[in-house]
Amino acid sequence: MGNSNRAIIIGLFFGMIGLIFIIRLFVLQIVDPSYKFSAESNTQRKITEFPTRGLIYDRNGKLLVSNQPVYDLMIVPREVVPFDTVDFCNALNITRSELDRLFEEVRFNLQRRRISSFRPSVFYKQLPAEQYAILQEKLYKFKGFFVQRRTVRKYEYPNAAHVLGYVAEVGETLLQSDPYYSLGDYTGISGIERTYETFLRGQKGARYVMVDVHGREMGSLRGGRMDTSAVAGSDVALTLDIELQAYGEKIMQNKIGSIVAIEPSTGEILALVSSPSYDPSLLVGRQRSRNFPILSSDTLSPLLNRAIMSGYPPGSTFKVLMALVGLQENVLSPTTRYPCHQGYTARGIHVRCRPHASPISLVPSIAVSCNTFYCHVFRNVLDNPIHGSPQEGLEQFRNYLLNFGLGTRLGSDFFNENRGFVPTRGYYDRIYNGRWGSLTVLSLGIGQGEILTTPIQMANMTAAIANRGHYFTPHVIKEIENDTIPSRFKVPHHTGIDSVHFGPVIDGMEESVWSDVGATARIARIPGISISGKTGTAQNPHGENHSIFVAFAPKDDPKIAIAVYVENAGYGSTYAAPIASLMVEKYLNRAIHSSRGWIETRMMNANFINESTE
Amino acid sequence: MRAQNRTIKGVDWFTVLLYLFMVGFGWVNIYAVNTDPDTLVFFDYSKEYTKQIVWIGVSFVTIGVIMLTDSKFFVEFSYVFYAITTFLLILVIFIGVEINAAKAWFQIGGMRFQPVELAKVATALAVARVMCRFQFSFYNISDILRLGTLIFLPILIIIIQNDTGSGIVLLALFIAFFREGLSPYVFVFGFVAIAVFILTMIIPNHSIILILSVAFILMVLFNRFRKEALIMTAISVVFFGVGAAIFKTAGGGVNYDVALLIAMAASSIFLAIKALLRRLPKLGVLLIFFWGTVAFTYSTDYVFEEMLGEYQRNRILVMLGLKDDPLGVGYNVNQSKIAIGSGGLLGKGFLQGTQTKFNFVPEQSTDFIFCTVGEEWGFLGTSIVVLLFVILLLRLIFLAERQHSDFSRIYGYGVASIFFFHVAVNIGMTIGLAPVIGIPLPFFSYGGSSLWGFTILLFIFLKLDTNRTQLLR
Repeated sequence: MGNSNRAIIIGLFFGMIGLIFIIRLFVLQIVDPSYKFSAESNTQRKITEFPTRGLIYDRNGKLLVSNQPVYDLMIVPREVVPFDTVDFCNALNITRSELDRLFEEVRFNLQRRRISSFRPSVFYKQLPAEQYAILQEKLYKFKGFFVQRRTVRKYEYPNAAHVLGYVAEVGETLLQSDPYYSLGDYTGISGIERTYETFLRGQKGARYVMVDVHGREMGSLRGGRMDTSAVAGSDVALTLDIELQAYGEKIMQNKIGSIVAIEPSTGEILALVSSPSYDPSLLVGRQRSRNFPILSSDTLSPLLNRAIMSGYPPGSTFKVLMALVGLQENVLSPTTRYPCHQGYTARGIHVRCRPHASPISLVPSIAVSCNTFYCHVFRNVLDNPIHGSPQEGLEQFRNYLLNFGLGTRLGSDFFNENRGFVPTRGYYDRIYNGRWGSLTVLSLGIGQGEILTTPIQMANMTAAIANRGHYFTPHVIKEIENDTIPSRFKVPHHTGIDSVHFGPVIDGMEESVWSDVGATARIARIPGISISGKTGTAQNPHGENHSIFVAFAPKDDPKIAIAVYVENAGYGSTYAAPIASLMVEKYLNRAIHSSRGWIETRMMNANFINESTE
Repeated sequence: MRAQNRTIKGVDWFTVLLYLFMVGFGWVNIYAVNTDPDTLVFFDYSKEYTKQIVWIGVSFVTIGVIMLTDSKFFVEFSYVFYAITTFLLILVIFIGVEINAAKAWFQIGGMRFQPVELAKVATALAVARVMCRFQFSFYNISDILRLGTLIFLPILIIIIQNDTGSGIVLLALFIAFFREGLSPYVFVFGFVAIAVFILTMIIPNHSIILILSVAFILMVLFNRFRKEALIMTAISVVFFGVGAAIFKTAGGGVNYDVALLIAMAASSIFLAIKALLRRLPKLGVLLIFFWGTVAFTYSTDYVFEEMLGEYQRNRILVMLGLKDDPLGVGYNVNQSKIAIGSGGLLGKGFLQGTQTKFNFVPEQSTDFIFCTVGEEWGFLGTSIVVLLFVILLLRLIFLAERQHSDFSRIYGYGVASIFFFHVAVNIGMTIGLAPVIGIPLPFFSYGGSSLWGFTILLFIFLKLDTNRTQLLR
């Protein structure tokens, strides 16, 4: 083959490719009609098919959250022609000035290149179904407008707002980081809606249609080959018992505080109340923009989930943990007795105690909540010679608390858990310049001082005691349609305390409710239910102390472990204990015994909000 | 002959006019993409068309510099130039900015520059320099190694930059090699390799082996070994039957791959013996070719199934059009076809396009600029653009053939090959005839460094052409 022949071959090859291209272009541009629609007569439009979010049920299969349709009025700015504004305003039920503002917004966004004049963007959000019915008949008069259906949340109960969280438009950050979302999409912002967003949201679809000048759909584009249909989100079931939840919210009305109830054998959260709360329906649809600022600027912070976010000193409820550590560390035995004469005194430090029989042993020390006893136990733990120094002793002590889930995020399905605070050796070294001993930090032993725990942590600690040594990470997710719940909720965590040590401590908790002498929580007695618990009072330097009670029941086969916090309500025995007992009774018996009706009434009517705001 | 005289004298004005027209028309289309008829601002300094004007100016100045340079310079400094651009290609991996996942851009102030554009020029020059040596031969191992290194070194670096599309462009230089005497069998072999590669992805292995086996026996037949072909067929069928029967009796399903391979191994042994006894090297070549492709099939399959991730597999399948991807790459091509198709015979007119504005078609001003031509100027516009490119390519071949020095001719073919590859792949992609590889359309696509690079590529050749009667070495 001569080289000049090869030049001809190459030339022919180039020419042939050019010819193929021209033939192909001829077919595309002139022969094939399916590509032929001009800007004046037809345009294509991508209609996003929004999936319905997954439904949410409670543990008994009661529907908590469903969906309702709303209609977004969309605009394609380039296609809009002058129209009858009065008619338009009537159809939308808005004023002329509102309309002007909406158009000003469109113009602004066009200039900023946020939206395109060729592509649809939202003009008026979330028109209710009734208004849509009115608008629909007139829509043909308004060129460049069309309606896109989507769904928003519908809440069947006015409860559990903090657990459920809410859904709103995606923010700038998520929009940048996750390509799934586009401007105007909805996403779970808090609670379950956020944690299980990927399951609940489903999969968006898209429909490509051709529309004429009037915005009427003229059929699908290219035979619908590019269309994808939306896939509805997965339904989920929660571990909440909505009746218990609603009861808890009702009983906590006019109070600030929290209730967390857990099923000890599984870690399932039965109720999670943070008061004050709000009706989740307030944050749905067009009223959201009005209600959200009201809620977020409320001085009582109804949006704050106190059950997982607020840290309080655990107060005397901490003594049960102190006893367990003492037993495990072998510095305490069930028969150890300490004298107590209304207080503990050592080297100029005095911790007061209430009058009770002396000397006192472990079980009654819990029942009457003796401070002296636990000052001894605490010092023995820290000063135990095997640790070498009280500083090392504190680290050892701290490890026990961490094993109980204190001072750390439990890893529940709430993303914004507070970790609380368990002081470290370094923390005290900084404060006391390295010179401190067990006496310096004595208040830790009775649950006061620097230590902070959240209500969910205390409920979890109680569940671990009820289980005699282990707990499951508290969680609210029970089932996810076509999927499994995260495996971390199935793994038991061991506290490092031998199960034999729980016997006397649980006896003490039982005595604190049922003992004939000095029981601190006698008001928590429920006929026929062996409830065991411990009162506590969190010191509050800003006002009246907070009332705390932790409990579980029944004693031998625990079905519920609970922590109740009532802010500014004083001693644990006065409010937290009766509220906890009502919750336990409600859960186990589904009704309140007639003999306790007066307690229920008194708790419902108690009001601590005015006092706290003064 | 004085230097000033040579500067302009003898320049191929025909090509220069083609160049000017294309650059001008390209700019008009970039202007159209970036202009919203709603908010008619005639000129906006932040827009792409303004930046493109700056680059056009830079290109014109560069043309001046090239024209003032002595032709010998390009010959002498071709290796230096190659070394510098290779260094830049490596450097950009470390200090470049990442765009569309490819680390291939230098950023200096507001301007971005892609060294791969210069690498094309440098590689074409270096290749011409190697091949113009008197004793160069495609049958000399050290020559082939030298040439292969020149081409595959930059390709490798560019692939590391994750800009595979731009790297593949250099393979176009094989067209120039063909002109210089590279055996057409190389292309046949390449074609078979690509075909097998694609086939492994869409049909099961045993079908490919079957096709290859039939082709093998047919090749034996057409090489006038009629009797051998018949015996081979008989042996293969018998062994296949026996193999299949063994599999059946063994209880499991028939493994067709293995049965076929056993059958072909048996007939190959027969053929090998025949070839040795009767001294027929042609049969030996055929045997090696057959088993080579079989091995290639399995290795491709292994790499594809075992070594590549799901995402990479899909990406390749979509690129080859073997898998639908209506919202990804497939979406782009569909939008692009709609835009071009909507242009009709005469187009919607300047600035009247709706499909090629505001993100209907992605990368409208760069890789998909041809859509704007199609939508606003219709079939008239697109066919003229295609014709102009074909004319440019043919003109380059004509110019290359009239060179007295081998260096200029080979470089000329290099230029034509690179232009051809860009045009064929870019336009082919917008009309759904080529896989979506993001490489620009010469002179049309927005992007300073590509315009600049193509200008240098072309005008070095036009400069060499002014000295066409001299022997440059």
